[in-house]
Amino acid sequence: MRGDRSGNAMATTHTKSLARAMMAPAVIVLLIWMIVPLAMTLYFSTLNYTLYNPFSTPFVGFENYSYFLTDPTFLAALANTLVLVLGVLAITVGGGILIALLLDQDFYGVNIVRLLVIAPFFVMPTVAALVWKNMMMNPVYGVIGQLLQAVGLAPIDWMTEVPLLSIVIIVAWQWLPFATLILLTALQSLSMDQKEAAEMDGAKALSIFWYITLPHMSRAITVVILIQTIFLLSIYAEILVTTQGGPGSQSTNITYLVAQQATSYGDIGAASAGGIVAVILANIVAIFLVRLIGKNLDA
Amino acid sequence: MGQIHLEKVRKTFGDVVIIPDLDLQIEDGEFVVFVGPSGCGKSTLLRLIAGLEDVTGGKIVIDGKDATTLPPAKRGLAMVFQSYALYPHMSVRKNIAFPLKMAGMDKAEIDRRVDYAAKTLNLDNYIDRRPGQLSGGQRQRVAIGRAIVREPKAFLFDEPLSNLDAALRVGMRLEISELHQRLKTTMVYVTHDQVEAMTMADKIVVLRAGNIEQVGSPLELYTAPRNTFVAGFIGSPKMNLLGGAEAAKYQAATMGVRPEHIRLSTTDGAWKGTVKVSEHLGSDTFLHVESPVHDEPLTVRAGGEFPVHAGDVVYLTPQEDKIHRFDDKGLAIKGNGRATG
Repeated sequence: MRGDRSGNAMATTHTKSLARAMMAPAVIVLLIWMIVPLAMTLYFSTLNYTLYNPFSTPFVGFENYSYFLTDPTFLAALANTLVLVLGVLAITVGGGILIALLLDQDFYGVNIVRLLVIAPFFVMPTVAALVWKNMMMNPVYGVIGQLLQAVGLAPIDWMTEVPLLSIVIIVAWQWLPFATLILLTALQSLSMDQKEAAEMDGAKALSIFWYITLPHMSRAITVVILIQTIFLLSIYAEILVTTQGGPGSQSTNITYLVAQQATSYGDIGAASAGGIVAVILANIVAIFLVRLIGKNLDA
Repeated sequence: MGQIHLEKVRKTFGDVVIIPDLDLQIEDGEFVVFVGPSGCGKSTLLRLIAGLEDVTGGKIVIDGKDATTLPPAKRGLAMVFQSYALYPHMSVRKNIAFPLKMAGMDKAEIDRRVDYAAKTLNLDNYIDRRPGQLSGGQRQRVAIGRAIVREPKAFLFDEPLSNLDAALRVGMRLEISELHQRLKTTMVYVTHDQVEAMTMADKIVVLRAGNIEQVGSPLELYTAPRNTFVAGFIGSPKMNLLGGAEAAKYQAATMGVRPEHIRLSTTDGAWKGTVKVSEHLGSDTFLHVESPVHDEPLTVRAGGEFPVHAGDVVYLTPQEDKIHRFDDKGLAIKGNGRATG
């Protein structure tokens, strides 16, 4: 908080130091909240710390890091994470724009349709994933398999044949309502005058969308991408209840790989090192995103 | 070219009739102003001409061609919106170039026309700014620039000055008038401000509840209003409209006299009254006078200073040759020593 908004000329220095004192507890709690887990993770990442022998935790330096980073699964997990994030972003932003355009129209029952579209957001990740795995994508009795068979095609065993695509579809289904909702509100704030002016200027529907509507929504699209990226980097539950990262490591992302170190191999040291790597990667992505599209948020 | 003929144009929203059958001829090169109180249908009428609303019935003929069902872009008209409706993410240059780009014109020709428009409207220095960085008057000029580059058959203005402050409004009024002088293109202008109508128009169309009350030049409307509505609407301050015994003296149901057509005196005159409020503007003095001849205060204008204050007694004498007479339906009665309507 800078002190240049001196709306009240009286005792600005005084109010400033008072404000600082009042804010201090919250700031300190937040700091501890962040710093302590981070410091402990950093500390554990330098120890040979396994659940099989938790009483002997010798210092090993960067050994956990080299173990984690040279694991062939790591690169696969990194690629999977990128595919997962980018795939879900593409589907939710693209689909969200289309559905938002549809819901912006005035048609009979639009309110009920809007409610239905938003509904998936309220379903818990594990539940959503289980429903998709067992009721939609199961090759024998899943809805998709039945439909494929009805038109004479062979059913797909989604979880083994295209595990990563399956997870992308499930996660996209969960996040589509969020994107739609944000984009719809942006769409509804577009003034009618601008569309009419463009119409008078000779713009066809597609040109109006491209030159007027889409630029108007760019800020909302930025928000959707930023927020979703943060959550999509840490997808875990959907993988756990469907493919468990398999077959092999075909659907393992970084988050799942880190958790695997601890839960499957009992290696707290390697998991901590992986956690730190994930934090660094997330920060790289964040800086990249803010640089690339964050400028949309000013002005 | 820029003739617009409306034939029995009708507009209803559900059961609500906004514009009952309306006929109007707008000739090439005319500056026509639609004026009327809020909700009189003047903006709807403009939007019907623009093609932003569909007519319920009737025909819109532009340059001899039936344009009733043509989409807005095909009518060859350009519109300036009350909110300016500039594209906020585009620079001034791109805003003005947009209609040309949509028409698929080549880059060099677009640049030439945009530069010319920017120069005409004094926008050269702001050409790379975005609308958000401009003042109200500059935004207004960008909106006009976007309209003129298309070289349309006619310009449609929807209350373009109502978002500007008073001083700027006077300036822009002049600029639009000058633009009309120079381009000689048909302009249709909607406003609720009768001063704008009087100062800019070749032809004023006074509307009330979707009906045309009178069409004429500003001075025609001023000297010969067709009914009490036009009489009360055109002219500032409003005409004094008196009923009862005073009107009966002139064989009329209502008699009207404008504030500037009443002679003021502190010693003698036809009507005695008491000053309720006096407004001294320097160039003029407006008095609101309470008088037994009328239950509402009469407005009187005196040129220059007239040294009276609230509570003083004054005498008012209407100029006989400037009196307007109306029958019991509110329509003007011709004759009795004055030019008719």
